Amino acid sequence: MSTPATYAGETPARIVEPHKRIQRTYWQAARRRLLHDPVSMGCLGILSLIITAAILAPWITPYDPYTSSIVNRLKPVLSPGFVLGTDELGRDMLTRLIYGGRISLLMGLLPIFIATLAGSILGIVAGYFGGKTNMVIMRVADIFFAFPSVLLAVGLAGALGAGVVNVLISLSLVFIPPITRVAEAATTQIRAQDFVEAARATGASAPRIIVGHVLTNVASPILTYASSLIGLSIVLASGLSFLGLGISPPLADWGLMLNTLRQSIFLAPVNAVLPGAMILIASVCFNLLSDGLRTAMDVKP
Amino acid sequence: MLWYVLRRLAYVLPILLGVSIVCFSLLHLAPGDPLTAVMPEFASDQVIEQIKRSYGFDKPVPVQYLLWLLNVLSGDLGLSQVANRPVLDEIVPAMVNTFQLAAFGIGLSLLGGIGLGLLAGYTRRLVTDRAITTTAIIGVSVPHYWVGLVLIAILAVTLGLLPAMGKAPPSPGFGLNDIRHMILPGVTLALIPTGIIARSVRATVIDVRKQEFVQTLQANGLPPRRTFLHVIKNASPTVLAIIGIQLGHLVGGSILVETVFAWPGTGYLLNNAIAYRDIPVLQGTILVLATFFVMLNFLVDLAQPFLDPRMTRQ
Repeated sequence: MSTPATYAGETPARIVEPHKRIQRTYWQAARRRLLHDPVSMGCLGILSLIITAAILAPWITPYDPYTSSIVNRLKPVLSPGFVLGTDELGRDMLTRLIYGGRISLLMGLLPIFIATLAGSILGIVAGYFGGKTNMVIMRVADIFFAFPSVLLAVGLAGALGAGVVNVLISLSLVFIPPITRVAEAATTQIRAQDFVEAARATGASAPRIIVGHVLTNVASPILTYASSLIGLSIVLASGLSFLGLGISPPLADWGLMLNTLRQSIFLAPVNAVLPGAMILIASVCFNLLSDGLRTAMDVKP
Repeated sequence: MLWYVLRRLAYVLPILLGVSIVCFSLLHLAPGDPLTAVMPEFASDQVIEQIKRSYGFDKPVPVQYLLWLLNVLSGDLGLSQVANRPVLDEIVPAMVNTFQLAAFGIGLSLLGGIGLGLLAGYTRRLVTDRAITTTAIIGVSVPHYWVGLVLIAILAVTLGLLPAMGKAPPSPGFGLNDIRHMILPGVTLALIPTGIIARSVRATVIDVRKQEFVQTLQANGLPPRRTFLHVIKNASPTVLAIIGIQLGHLVGGSILVETVFAWPGTGYLLNNAIAYRDIPVLQGTILVLATFFVMLNFLVDLAQPFLDPRMTRQ
């Protein structure tokens, strides 16, 4: 970009500064506020560390995650060679915890991504078109709301059978109704405003109004709400693995590790509890980050 | 009031119907033929046809649903494919155990949640408030099945204070041993509801205290204890609604905690049903639990007008 030529007598740049700040867009301002929040940045740091480690797992882990060793079974934490000890088959815990982040985080994040897409579309359509469309979509959402979330996830995954895809499907179905509800409420509110009415009066088509006016205004409540569900999604996904509904051994996943190490809780209580600590850290960080995001975007809960 | 009850009923009935449709379709969601478990090996086409007819699977799906619904309404939830007993006979004792634990858990979370919430609501902007709010956020994000394991590791394995798993062996009356077995799972179950109840009590109390009538009462010289009663009364409808939802989640979500503690309730039943792919038991348990959740919220809705008569006037 070329900077405009400076003319003699023009106001110095320093005085232009406050004027510039007013011109910052909503998203820029939100990002700026988020970057200045120490708690959010701390959580973001921890999460990036876990995610980077999970991506780079084959290159940074000291051992193979699947090779078991009978002599090294259930070594305590901080034993020589194994910083976080070993599991019931003698595999290095640190290695498996790093690998476990791959599936655990993916199974927590992907359902939210799918549910946000589907829920936003359903909610915006219901909110924008109102009437019968709204009634049909929202009544169906109400039915899924009638199930406690854990029960619905377990029921769907239990009926579909174990497997990563089935867990993804059932978790997405659990999160679509609440996101639909938030999207519908936000859309109904925006739709009633004068500028939407004005757009309609000037002959703008429904898709155009939805994309140009509604979407831009409902995006922040939907995104902050969806982000607040990530922690729960991670906890639920690991919970399903814990029940044996997720992936199958020997793959590493925090929930599954918790499940297989449970039998060893009387022998090595600290090792048995470690995978859950990872779930807790990830979930707390996502929740605190989402809290910061809400404050930064200035969305009323 | 009658009008209000009817209106709530008109809202709840379609939802119950929808819940039954979802539960019915669980059977058809399951991969493979739902009859594989009961079908004899190398059955001839004629036998397969006969078994299908005896289960009503030769009829179109909507008819199957209606027949199933009629059976359910008359208390027949089908046969367990593993135990070959009526599903209802399996669910009832499990429900009793689940409710026993849930009652204990919700009792704990009411004590803790309301206590902490009031404390936080009355000590706004102070250290306690910050501490309680932070604890509530962590309480909501924590994987409760994991907390169960941590409690077992500390209190049962390392210190040997409490029994790690299971329910007390049956004995006449309800003794100390029953309670000792309930403490760890009860505390684990209570954790999340405590956080949520504390957070909502705090928010509601702060909201109510901001209202002008509280200031008027204070200005008129009412002693703090009396104003406190007014605040409680105005905060109770919101809090009651939250408690209802939380009790439902506690019962419905107990599957993970019951698995950790090997507690013989509905969660344990569901877990076995999943392990042996016993879809009728899975279907029946989920139907009963979801119906319980819906009815609980319905009852909470019915109780609301007694706390706040304005509700019936909408």
